[in-house]
Amino acid sequence: MDGVEPVQATSGIPLLQTSDLTKDFRGFRAVDGISLSINAGTIHALVGPNGAGKTTLFNLLSGFLAPTSGSIAYRGKDITGKAPEQIAHLGIARSFQITSLFDQLTGLEHLELALASPTGLGMRFWRSERQMGQFRQRSLELIDEVGLAHLADKVAGSLAYGQKRALELALALALDPSLLLLDEPTAGMGLEDVDRTIDLVRQVAKGRTVVLVDHNMHVVGSLADRVTVLQQGQILAEGSYEQVRMDDRVITAYLGNAHA
Amino acid sequence: MTQQIKGSSGIIEPDLARRVNLDTAEHDVINPDLTRSPGKGRRRSPLRWIMLAVGLVATLALPWLVYPPVAMDIAAWALFAISVDLLLGYTGLLSFGHAAFWGSSSYVTGLIAINWGVPFPLAILGGMLFAMAIAVPIGYLSVRRTGIYFAMVTLAFAQMVYFVANQLSGLTGGENGLQAIPRSFFGIESVETDSFTFYYAAIGLILLGTWAAWRIVHSPFGRVLVAIRDNPARARALGYDVDRYKIIVFVLSAGLAGLAGGVFAISHGFTSLQELEWTTSGKVVLITVLGGIGTLWGGPLGAAIVVTLEDWLTSSGFEGTGIILGSIFVLIVLLFRHGIWGTTQDLFQRRRKAD
Ligand SMILES: Nc1ncnc2c1ncn2[C@@H]1O[C@H](COP(=O)(O)OP(=O)(O)OP(=O)(O)O)[C@@H](O)[C@H]1O
Ligand SMILES: [Mg+2]
Repeated sequence: MDGVEPVQATSGIPLLQTSDLTKDFRGFRAVDGISLSINAGTIHALVGPNGAGKTTLFNLLSGFLAPTSGSIAYRGKDITGKAPEQIAHLGIARSFQITSLFDQLTGLEHLELALASPTGLGMRFWRSERQMGQFRQRSLELIDEVGLAHLADKVAGSLAYGQKRALELALALALDPSLLLLDEPTAGMGLEDVDRTIDLVRQVAKGRTVVLVDHNMHVVGSLADRVTVLQQGQILAEGSYEQVRMDDRVITAYLGNAHA
Repeated sequence: MTQQIKGSSGIIEPDLARRVNLDTAEHDVINPDLTRSPGKGRRRSPLRWIMLAVGLVATLALPWLVYPPVAMDIAAWALFAISVDLLLGYTGLLSFGHAAFWGSSSYVTGLIAINWGVPFPLAILGGMLFAMAIAVPIGYLSVRRTGIYFAMVTLAFAQMVYFVANQLSGLTGGENGLQAIPRSFFGIESVETDSFTFYYAAIGLILLGTWAAWRIVHSPFGRVLVAIRDNPARARALGYDVDRYKIIVFVLSAGLAGLAGGVFAISHGFTSLQELEWTTSGKVVLITVLGGIGTLWGGPLGAAIVVTLEDWLTSSGFEGTGIILGSIFVLIVLLFRHGIWGTTQDLFQRRRKAD
């Protein structure tokens, strides 16, 4: 791979590692033999043209899809085939490319639900919902962090698009994950919101590992420690943002469009 | 190179949304207007104490207003409808087989009362537990399906229960049903013989069941249910085992349906295969949707309307009850998309906003 640095020798095992991960949809190969290492404590961007397989890869990593072949290891343990809720409990949280919230619940109720998830409170059908109040303080902090404090009691269905994206991010954060998978956190946002989201992601990435999909090269350039370029389900190149940006194949396959 | 590369917008998003739904098999096929319930039943209305008082007074006054056995029917169907609403309105699951729980409990309640002569609340408790017990495997096997598929699987299981009850005619009386179910109640004769007094002895069980439904809806569990209804994939990503929650609410709902079916059997003094028929499952869904889902008030309102109307039409010797009820149902669903209760609520809220 000329122009791309060889995979760095890193201390210890990577936080997340896929080997030869493949996903077929009725004969169509959306993810094609991806072997990827995500190092702990880094922000790792996945880029690639539409249909490259980024979201499908996220769905595999978060358990929403089962791979056709290949495996996924997290902290050195095989997690292939685990259900989404099990993966969430292991400390892997994801956001969705399509805003994915509970329309009839308020922002605070969303965050309380996320915070209550590991405690098992959700099963208590004989207790009052007021029990959720124990998570109120932390929920208020989280919602303030993403700039939605003034809308904390509005149901998600009535929020504007950018506000929903922000709540989506807060929701993933509420799980206090070790590994955060963000699928296009800035999709459809205005410039100001994009910059605020960049700051926010940088802030929450402290002490965490983040895998980020984004089409916005400004976002990728300012955040990513490492970039993997996907094309047609395969890894096309990998390296730092600067290295990948210079790679001829990447320019023709993907960035070329933007230059035109 | 700071320019946004286009393409993450518009065109592909519906496609992705569809895929997420397909991948997790959570796609809902039921009319979204019916299932996308307002869910306002979980919000604390400022009028809730007044509504509660009116509801209680109406419940206690009912046997004065209508023939007491009809009053009891209304109460039983109201709780039955609430049990369906717990699934349909709060979890987004349309069960088309709830007669299995109502009907099987009516048989078990009847058999316990006939064979052991225990006070009727105990017999009903037995029926309710039986309904919950059969709901465990049925729920386990059906919650993996959603939308119309869930409805069909529950219907299939209910037909199996019907078939079994028909086969075990030695126990269930087959076509004849179970006759002469006694109403023992600690030797208090007026309860055992007089349907007016019986109403007040039995209504406590219905109110207890209604309270249980209210407690479930307003619990942390209830909030998870609404989350599952609104977006099951998201609930899973938050770490909630959606199938497990669905099985539990299914069993709880079956318990309430069983409680209602037991009261119904004791009130009538007999039970028959009709209580296990798919038409019974259909009728309770009709009552629930008519009243309005996702509010807990809709079921009782629907039950009051349908049972009264049915009683009135039958006693006037009219043959086509089904046609009339069917037409009313179609009209109401077309005119009031959130059912009677939901639409009234919408009107009030619009008025309040306008003020
Ligand atoms: N459930 C599915 N069934 C059939 N095809 C699918 C399914 N999911 C994804 N695909 C296909 O797999 C390919 C990869 O899709 P994916 O959503 O992973 O791309 P992406 O890199 O996230 O693209 P985008 O940048 O547009 O979000 C696409 O061609 C898509 O049509
Ligand atoms: Mg995508």
